[in-house]
Amino acid sequence: MYTQSFNVQDAPDTSSAAPNAASMAALKSVPKALTEAEVALQAQFDARIDADGKVEPRDWMPDAYRKTLVRQISQHAHSEIVGMLPEGNWISRAPSLKRKAILIAKVQDEAGHGLYLYSAAETLGTSRDQMLDALHTGKAKYSSIFNYPTLNWADVGVIGWLVDGAAIMNQIPLCRCSYGPYARAMIRVCKEESFHQRQGYEALLVMMQGTAEQKAMVQDAVNRWWWKCLAMFGPPDADSPNSVQGMRWGIKRISNDDLRQKFVDATVPQAKILGVTLPDPDLKWNEERQHHDYGQIDWDEFWATVNGNGPCNKERLGARVKAWNDGQWVRDAALAHANKQAERQAQKNLKEAA
Amino acid sequence: MSADQTTSSPALKEWPLWEVFVRSKQGLEHKHCGSLHASDSQHALQMARDVYTRRQEGVSIWVVQSSSIAASEPNDKSEFFEPSSDKVYRHPTFYEIPSEVGHM
Repeated sequence: MYTQSFNVQDAPDTSSAAPNAASMAALKSVPKALTEAEVALQAQFDARIDADGKVEPRDWMPDAYRKTLVRQISQHAHSEIVGMLPEGNWISRAPSLKRKAILIAKVQDEAGHGLYLYSAAETLGTSRDQMLDALHTGKAKYSSIFNYPTLNWADVGVIGWLVDGAAIMNQIPLCRCSYGPYARAMIRVCKEESFHQRQGYEALLVMMQGTAEQKAMVQDAVNRWWWKCLAMFGPPDADSPNSVQGMRWGIKRISNDDLRQKFVDATVPQAKILGVTLPDPDLKWNEERQHHDYGQIDWDEFWATVNGNGPCNKERLGARVKAWNDGQWVRDAALAHANKQAERQAQKNLKEAA
Repeated sequence: MSADQTTSSPALKEWPLWEVFVRSKQGLEHKHCGSLHASDSQHALQMARDVYTRRQEGVSIWVVQSSSIAASEPNDKSEFFEPSSDKVYRHPTFYEIPSEVGHM
């Protein structure tokens, strides 16, 4: 799962809520003058990007390109990991053994996606512990969608259908990202993500054939998640100053607003088949544009959540930190065991040689 | 665990990095598919199974500690690989064969 709200900077500049072009420009330090060799390398890099070529870990790349990727890939990884929490909440409460097995498999996939992405980020020279430390200290961001609660069983279905649906829209263009390891991780993730969306939608279809109360649960969950999902695509293009650079570097391929439009157009017929109403009175087909028009997204609420004031920010981070700390002895024990085994083997080899 | 035990440097605490190679089916080669952290080789194999073969993507896995891999330098690409580009006679298309000979 992923959101392009990752165009936002990590802390400490959380105080400047909605970034505008002027404040972002003011924050940028003046770049150092490049040496002659760097100018040549930069030209080579630009030519490769212009030719739609790929960049691999040990190739020369501009510092800003590396930093942007580390930030984006690690935030993406954090989102997969934190994303396990809202759904994990329902594993012990799934309505049947079948749904429980499906949900466990899905949550395990999210862990896997996080691991693919952490590995991709590590090829850029950051360490796993550095990234985890940034998450645990609240310095790094993750997708704001996971800072909302999962109140009923239909939430699990809606997360699969809408949240993973939005994530797929975002992630498919990333399979063509200019940075090789990130693109390869995304191909792997996208292959698995389709299961996530389909299982969610199917779970909702079943509920919609149930009692009036079950149908109401689905509608309630859709009402609560719809606008958050639209916000997942990140700020409107006009307020997304990093997008231009991301496009130039071949990291971003499709703009936030275009992806959001694609998502709305794809979801409207699915909602109709499911028999739910998307909670937007302004949502209607525009014959001229050949797209659906939709209403205003509450960006103040979005930024408040990104900046730590959503309903579950503290709970999510608290759960992550607790899991990490509680697992410390396991990580230590595994390493101690490995060291002991290696020592024994070395002694054995020595004896055999003697 | 006591507090002073947890203050050792994080670098020493991180499990080493392993590269994972998976044979997707009998008859095909092992192919690099990613990396992971694990305490030792057995642990790495188990982790690789869980991380990279959840949907029968593999019938065999190799893991090798990343630090054991020697790699060519991207900067030396021209000198390292270039010499072969002027040896066009190594390619079948270098040779012109009369068309009546047919496929060769």
